[in-house]
Amino acid sequence: MTTTSTPMRSFAQAASAEEIVVPSRVVQIDGLVALKIIKHCKECMPALVTGQLLGLDIGSILEVTNCFPFPSRGGEEEDEVEADGANYQLEMMRCLREVNVDNNTVGWYQSTYMGSFQTVELIETFLNYQENIKRCVCIIYDPLRSGQGVLALKALKLSDSFMELYRTQVFIGEKLREKNMTWKDIFEEIPVKISNSVLVSALMTELESDAPASQCDFDRLVLSTNPFMEKNLEFLIECMDDLSMEQQKFQYYYRNLSRQQVQQQSWLQKRRAENAARRLSGEELLPEEDPSNPIFKTLPEPSRLDSYLITNQIANYCGQVNGFAGQSLSKMYLMDAFHQD
Amino acid sequence: MATMGSTVLHLPSGPTGVVGKLHPTVLFNICDSFIRRNDQQERVIGTLLGSFSVDGTVEIRNSYAVPHNESLDQVAVDIDYHRTMFELHQRVNAKEVIIGWYSTGSGVSASDALIQDFYGREVTNPIHLTVDTAFTDDQANIKAYVSTPLTLGDRPLAAQFHEIQLDLRLVEAERLGFDVLKKTVVDKLPSDLEGLEGTIERLQDMIDTISRYVDNVIEGQLPPDNAIGRYLADTIASVPRVNSDAFDKLFNDSVQDVLLVLYLANLTRTQLTLAEKLNTAAQIV
Repeated sequence: MTTTSTPMRSFAQAASAEEIVVPSRVVQIDGLVALKIIKHCKECMPALVTGQLLGLDIGSILEVTNCFPFPSRGGEEEDEVEADGANYQLEMMRCLREVNVDNNTVGWYQSTYMGSFQTVELIETFLNYQENIKRCVCIIYDPLRSGQGVLALKALKLSDSFMELYRTQVFIGEKLREKNMTWKDIFEEIPVKISNSVLVSALMTELESDAPASQCDFDRLVLSTNPFMEKNLEFLIECMDDLSMEQQKFQYYYRNLSRQQVQQQSWLQKRRAENAARRLSGEELLPEEDPSNPIFKTLPEPSRLDSYLITNQIANYCGQVNGFAGQSLSKMYLMDAFHQD
Repeated sequence: MATMGSTVLHLPSGPTGVVGKLHPTVLFNICDSFIRRNDQQERVIGTLLGSFSVDGTVEIRNSYAVPHNESLDQVAVDIDYHRTMFELHQRVNAKEVIIGWYSTGSGVSASDALIQDFYGREVTNPIHLTVDTAFTDDQANIKAYVSTPLTLGDRPLAAQFHEIQLDLRLVEAERLGFDVLKKTVVDKLPSDLEGLEGTIERLQDMIDTISRYVDNVIEGQLPPDNAIGRYLADTIASVPRVNSDAFDKLFNDSVQDVLLVLYLANLTRTQLTLAEKLNTAAQIV
């Protein structure tokens, strides 16, 4: 295990120095955690489930050594569910502590349906966690895509610049241009490594069946491409609708803004004419501004957060379609080759 | 004479029809708890959760370790912990019930009867699973037992453990890929295309082996085997025979569909980037 070498400092110095948070570069997941996540998400399909990740935070590697699922909410009172959830968590952590499992929360996992996980709730949960833990990570697992032989496990975290911006709760064009933030910058993906203890790898090596093909291979070679594509496109179209609604909101805002400006100009001109007339007749000049007039009220610009998230999702779907299309094309050419012989 | 009437020693006969199916999560859990055990303990015990199905198959789905103390003549199991954990697990998945218990270490020891008895109060026929983590006999021994009590008349004598058949088909582990689970560290999860590449290579290997076998049989180097011949004939017959024209049309249609969708997706992406630039670059005058 690599340890970063720091020069010797006195205790007082170390205590007063600010903690520099090293961004995690790799997330190391135990095989056990991966299996547990897969099992939990698959069992509760099609409901979406979440769970907590436990592990250790060392250097630039975030190790996840265990996890436990959260009970799903069943239509009960809001307060009860909250208290229950917290209770469950405490009890579980206490019990796991007794059997020497790492008691340190490092994040949470959630299952997703076809990659549609970019929502405001995700961001809020992230911020909630971030308050208590320096580096937390969210693992997203897609059970549908994994049914095609690919392990769809991703580790995400919010980028720092986005977090700062979110705290100010302002998402207008100016600010975003300042920070140079595009929709790609909201989430950062961290590469995932899987590790296993030596005992487990020995056992697995023993137990591996000698069959030349495994279930994984069978899943991958399935030729039917339509259902997956259809669902993907369906979601893509829905997202497009959402995006066009957001665009309409913007257009409405701009239209209102320009109308307001025209109104302001005409009002100003009238005032100036009046003032000129008053100057001639020697009366008091009226002020050129009138803050109480409603046409001077600044219109709030709609937040761009939603459109950013939707754009993110669309990009995700497109990426999925890309990958899947590549695979199906190769499979079809394979079938073609078979047939020609 | 106190003993009158039935002094028959009841011995169960025949194999019990219970078959156990083990999920890989359980195995990983057991190994993990074994590695994390306290220094003084030699072995770890814990509860098994799962479900009984109608035809006698027992599915072992989940497990958790239970702290216990063992000495030469006494065994103390933390019952409260066991109950609490069970309740917590029930909240997540109400279908998983206690079906037995596990222990690491090979074979069945004397204190196991007591623990089996305790679990017998929770469920009618508890399954005892042993996982040999010490690899005695250089083999991974994973065995499951059911116990039947030996009675002498009305007095219980001992419990006899029968081994039951255990189905170790680790389907979920296969999905994850044994390559990933065998090594101690895997640097990168295989992406879609890499995985597909691996699969196609394996397919090619299999076809090569089969064609070599057939060639050998034809040349007379290997004795022909009827069963294998029949399997091969079945496999080849299962490739659907489609008219060449019809197949070409089908193929072209599918390829065109996929290409169209691919083009659409890429177009969308380009449009998004453009829209992004326009939106944030727009200046309000």
